Amino acid sequence: MRRFLLPGLVVGAAVLLLALLVFGVSSQGANTSIDSLVARGIEPVAPNANMPLPMLGSGATARLADFRGKVVVLNVFASWCDPCQAEAPVLERAQQTIATKNATVLGVTYLDTSSDSEQFVRHWHLTYPVVRDISGNFIRSFGTTGVPETFVIDRQGRIAALRRYQVDSSWLDQTLRPLLAERS
Amino acid sequence: MSGRFAALGIAVALAFACIVPGVAVAVAPRASLTDVENDVMCVACHEPLAVAQSPQADAERGFIEGLIGQGETKAQIEQALVGQYGPAVLGRPPAHGFNLTVYILPPALVAVGLATLAVTLPRWRRRARAAQSTTIPAGPPLSPADARRLEEDLARYER
Repeated sequence: MRRFLLPGLVVGAAVLLLALLVFGVSSQGANTSIDSLVARGIEPVAPNANMPLPMLGSGATARLADFRGKVVVLNVFASWCDPCQAEAPVLERAQQTIATKNATVLGVTYLDTSSDSEQFVRHWHLTYPVVRDISGNFIRSFGTTGVPETFVIDRQGRIAALRRYQVDSSWLDQTLRPLLAERS
Repeated sequence: MSGRFAALGIAVALAFACIVPGVAVAVAPRASLTDVENDVMCVACHEPLAVAQSPQADAERGFIEGLIGQGETKAQIEQALVGQYGPAVLGRPPAHGFNLTVYILPPALVAVGLATLAVTLPRWRRRARAAQSTTIPAGPPLSPADARRLEEDLARYER
């Protein structure tokens, strides 16, 4: 019995290490549960809505929950990303249209310095609020792994649509029209 | 006596003159892009900044170069990077949650390995010694004829 003790311990340790590796790899993988739910027509509640995020260019903080009752176009961007630059005027035009309909675009900068993000906002004359997700914990809960990504959140705080690449005005119009028509 | 004190005073002053600039240099080493790049990550591409080639890596390098230009030390630059990109920008993962395994597992494995060796090595050595000291049992006695032949062979061999 004793002669099996050492090989048993070694095998046990190896199995433990392997399990740890599998767990580590699986937990680092992208979270696509939101995508599959939205694709099936089930609108999941936007995660981490109560997480305070610093507003770009001020010491104030904002939470996604602060916008409850409004339709929110949550746009994750970074100043160095070319598609983000391409979609910035589209989002600003949308903001001009939807701001009067109890809706807003909400920018979230990620993997970007505050000075570069501020320059980006100035350059594209963005009038919508922008928050910073320094740790990335907020947008990671949306399954975000890169930029740009856009989530359209309805007045009840549920994700109605998402796009994990550059948005265009026709997609925004199509997605927003029924949501804006809903009573607040 | 006073001459001896004067010499001692000069020696102490000289020692300070040599040590103090050295200490000043050690406290605030001049940062270089290469030095910082080796210790931080490109947060978008999940690889060391030193080897990363992407728009985000270029933006990060630009930020670091700006801080170097302002005379910031490496520690200050790393702190500023964490303020902008979060703790993931550092090559070392934060020591909480699953990341703790990075810090706990390697020393634990080394400790387990050493403990295993400490237990098994003396046992192996004891077994090896025991095997060496075991005497080979003597065979049956030689017959007078065989004994005589052996003696003759040995005598021939010695000649």
